[in-house]
Formats: sequence, structure tokens, C-alpha cells
Amino acid sequence: MSFMLSRSALTKMQAVLVVAVIVIGVVVAAFAYTSLSPAPKAHLIVSTTTSLYETGFLDVLKTNFEAKYPNMNVSFISQGTGLAIQTAMRGDADMILVHDPAAETKFLQGGYGVNRKIVAYNFFIIVGPSEDPAGIAGKSPSDAFKLINSAGESGNAIWVSRGDNSGTHTKEKSLWKSVGLNATVLRTESWYLEAGSGMTATLKLANEKRGYTLSDIGTYLMNFNNKNIDLVKLVEAGKSMLNVYSAIADDPRNANMTKSNFDGSMQFIKYLVSDEGQNLFDTYGVSSYGQALFKPYIKLIQSQSDPTLIGWIQEYAFIGGSECPPEYQYQAEGLYSTQATVPILVISIPVGIEDRKMMPWTRSLKV
Amino acid sequence: MDPITEGVIRAINLIVTGDREVFSIAALSLYISICSTLLACVWSIPVSAALALRSFLGKRTVKGLFNALIGIPTVALGLYMYLLLSRSGPLGYFQFLYTPNGIIIGQCILVTPIIVSFSTSALESVDPDLRMLARTLGASGYQVDAAVLREAFWGVTLAIVAAFNRAFAELGVAMMLGGNIRNLTRVLTTAIALETAKGEIALSIALSFILLGIVMSLSIAINLARRPS
Amino acid sequence: MSAIETLGLSKRYDSLQALDEVNVRAPSQQVTSVVGVNGSGKTTLLKILAGLELPSGGKVFVNRHEVGPDELRAHCTMVFQKSVMFSGTVYDNVAYGLRLNRSGSGDVRERVRSALALVNLEGFEKRKARRLSSGEQQRVALARALALEREVLLVDEPTANLDPANAMIIERAIKESAKSRIVVLSTHNLPQARRLSDRVIHLYRGRVVEEAEPSRFFTSPSDERTKLFIEGELQY
Repeated sequence: MSFMLSRSALTKMQAVLVVAVIVIGVVVAAFAYTSLSPAPKAHLIVSTTTSLYETGFLDVLKTNFEAKYPNMNVSFISQGTGLAIQTAMRGDADMILVHDPAAETKFLQGGYGVNRKIVAYNFFIIVGPSEDPAGIAGKSPSDAFKLINSAGESGNAIWVSRGDNSGTHTKEKSLWKSVGLNATVLRTESWYLEAGSGMTATLKLANEKRGYTLSDIGTYLMNFNNKNIDLVKLVEAGKSMLNVYSAIADDPRNANMTKSNFDGSMQFIKYLVSDEGQNLFDTYGVSSYGQALFKPYIKLIQSQSDPTLIGWIQEYAFIGGSECPPEYQYQAEGLYSTQATVPILVISIPVGIEDRKMMPWTRSLKV
Repeated sequence: MDPITEGVIRAINLIVTGDREVFSIAALSLYISICSTLLACVWSIPVSAALALRSFLGKRTVKGLFNALIGIPTVALGLYMYLLLSRSGPLGYFQFLYTPNGIIIGQCILVTPIIVSFSTSALESVDPDLRMLARTLGASGYQVDAAVLREAFWGVTLAIVAAFNRAFAELGVAMMLGGNIRNLTRVLTTAIALETAKGEIALSIALSFILLGIVMSLSIAINLARRPS
Repeated sequence: MSAIETLGLSKRYDSLQALDEVNVRAPSQQVTSVVGVNGSGKTTLLKILAGLELPSGGKVFVNRHEVGPDELRAHCTMVFQKSVMFSGTVYDNVAYGLRLNRSGSGDVRERVRSALALVNLEGFEKRKARRLSSGEQQRVALARALALEREVLLVDEPTANLDPANAMIIERAIKESAKSRIVVLSTHNLPQARRLSDRVIHLYRGRVVEEAEPSRFFTSPSDERTKLFIEGELQY
């Protein structure tokens, strides 16, 4: 009894201290162990765009891919295309999945990427308030942009831009350019707002302000269905509204990318262009929105169901005549050997399908 | 029903039914912030003991530096840590980015000034005559320091709790270093940001209730434990 | 006979000469009082004897051996004018010094009990020390020092802020403990010095100006300043 009394207060403090030291010791040990030991699963980091991410498609992609390859753990970092590419350039992502052919070209030419594959496509749309103050419904993209510009200047319309160097933003800028306007100048106008955010945030801003904006069909449908926005589709068609998604792996020979998971990237890219992967593109969104949010490119090539469309895609997204020039291919067995016949349009001539097949300059090319 | 009320009701529902997604995010948040706080204690408490109990050249500058860094903007810290931890950066060998350990490191750095400043303050507010008392009762150098540390126990505990709260409730570091990857680095704060951007108000509200609930419960618990003093 | 004594002890703080060539001797089994106005150097003298401060000059001897601060700290213990309590119980406080040396626990318990008995605080072991009244805290502080059973007990104005009841208990404990120790007491309470001491030393501006046993000190002091001090007319 005397033993207990004299020990009590001292050992309570000591006990707390001992427990604290043990707990901290365990934490330090666990941290060190998990930091230094190799991960049980191979980790693949894919840098991608917000328009793919926000629709939830990537979750489906991840689930299915990991079901097929249980030793893989895929993480998607979604940022605007510009940022996504920069992250990969630093080697912090293993591959990119984006929709900006110009930026992708620079990525390849800069020695950062190899083995580009076009995997899917859809269309951009111009959405806006149902009252449509600029009157662009059903017009061609060029007319629509001109009308928005004049309506904006007379104070009747507002335009909301992504403003974040994303693929969508790049497309928007090129569309302004095609009607002789400079987005850099337009930025200073009061009717031209920059969201600086992802597609959903931009749509919501346009919704609040009753303005027009350029969106990919997938994100728009998702937000419209979820009643986040009530903007309507006003301009949907047109070659200039094409949106093409491609995947490029980090070049393991690049100094920044020596730690990149090249094998994982190749596995993932091959999955994207496989039947199973392409089916995912084909089916995602059908049950919720009545139409697929993305369209599989490889399937389009294989079926040859719409050569005009194929031509548009290749004119817009091909680099130097192919989806990936040979100098940017690396250990890519099997990736570029589909036996599809692809007509290359050197000139855009509105001719019939049958005529085109007869043209002497149609060539067979390994795609 | 307006969206706010609807959101609150759905939020309560998610919490009460123990929605798996919500609770796994909360658990990950707790795990990461507890780890980072405890790790930071390893060096912060000895440093604050040195600052409070020893004198050396430049001591005031060092103390001032830690005080100034208490409120460092998390996005700024996140950015600098990102550049350090990037695979192409100086610490790239460890590949900490987009992993929970990466966030832990970032939060360790974030909370270190808090633990150091508050603990040093607690130690310094111990009656200066206490050291003299300990010495005249026979304490050696380290025993004197131990006596001071013992007196400052609650002050130091509060410092640690404050540090945990800061780590738990911050966004910038977790976002930049973790990437908000589902089931891997998605914590309460980044999840709230994401779900709000996606328009999932109910889920955001649920997550924010948990965030606030944990922070407040901890503060209340500490205050209750402190009362008989 | 054992004693603690100083030879030419001096202490200087920047421009202030706190102690100047102080020679004092405090033998065992006696209470030696040091009296003087505020600021005369009493506390400084006690702290140096306790080994808590370094002198600027001079020597200290214990039992004729010259000693430094470390040895002084081992031989002496000091009770301060304003007591500091450790957080924790009365027992924790009184046992603090004993536990440092890790004596057997039964021994500690007994020593705490008898120390508390000396200051009339039996049964107070489990009370929270900081919740006691200031008088009780001062008594705990004294018990804490006594429990160490060191050769020299230094007490700095122990009853300065206490009511008569507490003061009496403290004085009785000091007188009792002096039977087996050297006790050096500083005070400006003249009746107390008269009651308790076997020898009184008058310190003025850091110098010893008078030293005598109480009856002579208080009835016929030789130094003019002592006369003024006793009458309460002495300024610093």
C-alpha cells in the first residue's frame, strides 16, 4: 500500500511519456518503412484533363483496368491539359491522357513523350442560356463566335472561358482565331470572363451569369442531367468542334523521367486501344444520359463507318501524317500494326465516298 | 426544399448510415494528420526545449523565425514542397508525390513552427524560480529541465493539439502533394473542395460536418481533461 | 564543531556591489539570523551559500573545507521568500528531492510524513499543492526542505507574508530543526530575530556592520547604523 501511494503520481507521468515515446516510435518506423520499401503494387500515375475526370469515366476505367491487372494501382491526376503536360514533363506522372494535339506535338518533339495513341473523340459544343440573346442556335461555329462577339460588344451577351490552358481553352482560342479575333485581346473585354477552373466550374459560372461557353459534350451532359446547370446546347456540329483524346507515355530515356513507370504506361495505353477498353468508351454514359459521352477511335477506324469523320480527325490530330511519327515510337511492338486502310487527304475536296476510293493517291498505311 | 436544407438532411443521413466513402476519407485524414503531428513532435519538442531552456547566439532570431512561420500559407508551402519532392527535384528519389507519405511530410513542415512556438512559450511561462527550486532540492542539469517540462505538460499538449488541428483542416498541402486521388490521398479537405466543384453539395456538407466535429470534439476533450489542475 | 563560514565574500552585479568582504560564521545546532533593510544583500548571501549563485570573490567553507557551488548545493537547501509549488500533490512536492536520489519508497513515505508533521500538515499528502493557502504553501516548502535532512538549512524571510498563526508554526519548525542542523535565517522582522536566533548579523549595503548574540544586539548595539535600524529609522 505504501508502495502504491508513493509511486502513483510519478509513474503516471512516466507512463504517459513511455506510451508517447512508443507511439511516436511506431509512427516513425512505419513512415520510414513505407517510404523506403517498394510498393506492393505497381503505381501508375496518369496526368489527365478535367473533362475526362469530372464525368467519372476515369473511375470506371480504373476499376476495369485494375480488375484485369490486379497488380496495378492507377492514380489519375486531373488538371488542365497544360498543367497535365507540365506535370509529366517533370516526371511526376508516368503518362498523359489529354486532348490538345498542338501541345501533344510539342510534348513529343521536346523529347518528353513516346508512343502516342489516339484513343477517343467527341465534339465540343457551344452552350448558353435558353433565351439565346446572341441568336447562335443552329449556326455554324464560325458564325456563332462572330455573333457572340458582336452581342458581347453591345452588352447583350457574356462569354465564359476556361482560362486555364486546358485543351478546351486551347480549342476555344483557336476558334476565335479562325474568325479573326484574338482571345488575348478579348480577355480584357468586360463581357469575356475567365473561370480559371475545370469544366464543371466553368459551366456553373456560365450558368450563374447566363453566358455562353465552350464545353465538351461529356461534362455538359453530366452537369445538365444532375441539374447543376440549365444551359442548353446551341451549336453542336462542325469539323472545327472536333475533340480528340490521345495517350502518350513518358519517354524513359528523358533525364527527368527515369523513374517513370514505362511498362505500366504501355500496359495502360494498350488497354485503352484494346477491344475491352474501347468498349468502355462506347458504353459510358448511355444508361445515365442516353448517349455515350465519348466515342472510341480505334473502333471507328476498324469499322470504317464514317470516312469523312476519320478524315477530319486525322487532319486535326495527326502529326506529320500519322498519329505517332516513327521517331517518337519506342519499344512499341504491337501498338502500331493494325491493318486498317486509311485514306490520307492531301487536299480537302468534297467528293463522294466511292470516288475517294478510286483516287490514285489513296494509299494503304500501317496505322 | 432549398438546396441547403436538402444538403444538410442528406448529410446527416450519410453520417448516420455510416456511408463507407465518407468514413474512409475521414479515417485517412485522421491517419495522415496524426502521423504528421507526431512525427513533427520528434524534432519540435527538443528544439523548443533548447529554445526555452538554453541560451545561445541568435536565439531570438530563431524564435522570431518560428513565430513568423506559424501562419505560412499552405498553398505556398505546398508549392515549395512539390518542387522539392518532384521526381525531377532534389528529393525525387523517394517518389513522395501523390502518396500519403508525401502529404505527411508536407504537414510535418507545416505544423513544426506551431509546436515549437507554442511549446517554447509554455516552457518559458513556467515560473523562473522553479529552476532554482529544483536545483536547491538536488536536481542535476537534466533533472531541472525535466521539472520544467513536467510543469509545462499541458501547455505542450495544447501545442500539439493546435498543430493537429492545423494539419487536419488544411487544404493547400494535401492538394498539391497528394493530388486528391481517390482511396489514396483524398482527405476531408480535398474531398470537400472536389465535391463542391462537382456540385455534390450534400456530400460536401457531410464531410464538413465530420471535419468540424472532429476538430471541436478534440478541443472540448482537451479542455475537459485539463480542468482539475 | 561543524559550521558554514565565509571569508571575504563579495558579489558584484554590473555597477552594484551587493556583497562586500563578508565574513560570517554559522555554527551547527544554532540559528544564525541575518538582518538588514531591503536590498542590503541578505538574499544574495543566502543564495551564494546555497550554491545557487557564484560569488565574485571570496571563499566559502563547510567544516573547514573550502567548497564550490556544487558541493554547497549538496550540503545546503534553501527556502525562498515566495514559495514555488510544483504542480501535483503535497506529497509530490515534499518527496521531490527524495525521489531524485531514488531512495527506497518506504523510506520516502516516512520522511515525507515526519516532515509534514513538523509543520502541522499531517494528512495533507494528497491535497493539490497549488490549491493551498499561501501560508500552507510556505509550510509545504519548509517541509520539502527539511525532508532532505541536509546539513544546512537556509531560509529567506520565511514569514514575510504570513499571518501570525502560520508564522508561529514556521518558527517553531525552524527552532526544532536547528537542533540537528545549521540554520541561517534572513529576516527584517526584529522580534522574530530576537526570538529565534542564537546569533544576529546586521548586513548594511553588503557589508557586515554588527554581529552579536540577540540580547546585546538589540539592547546595546555598537554600530550607529544598527541603532537606527532597530528603531526603524535606517534608510538604504
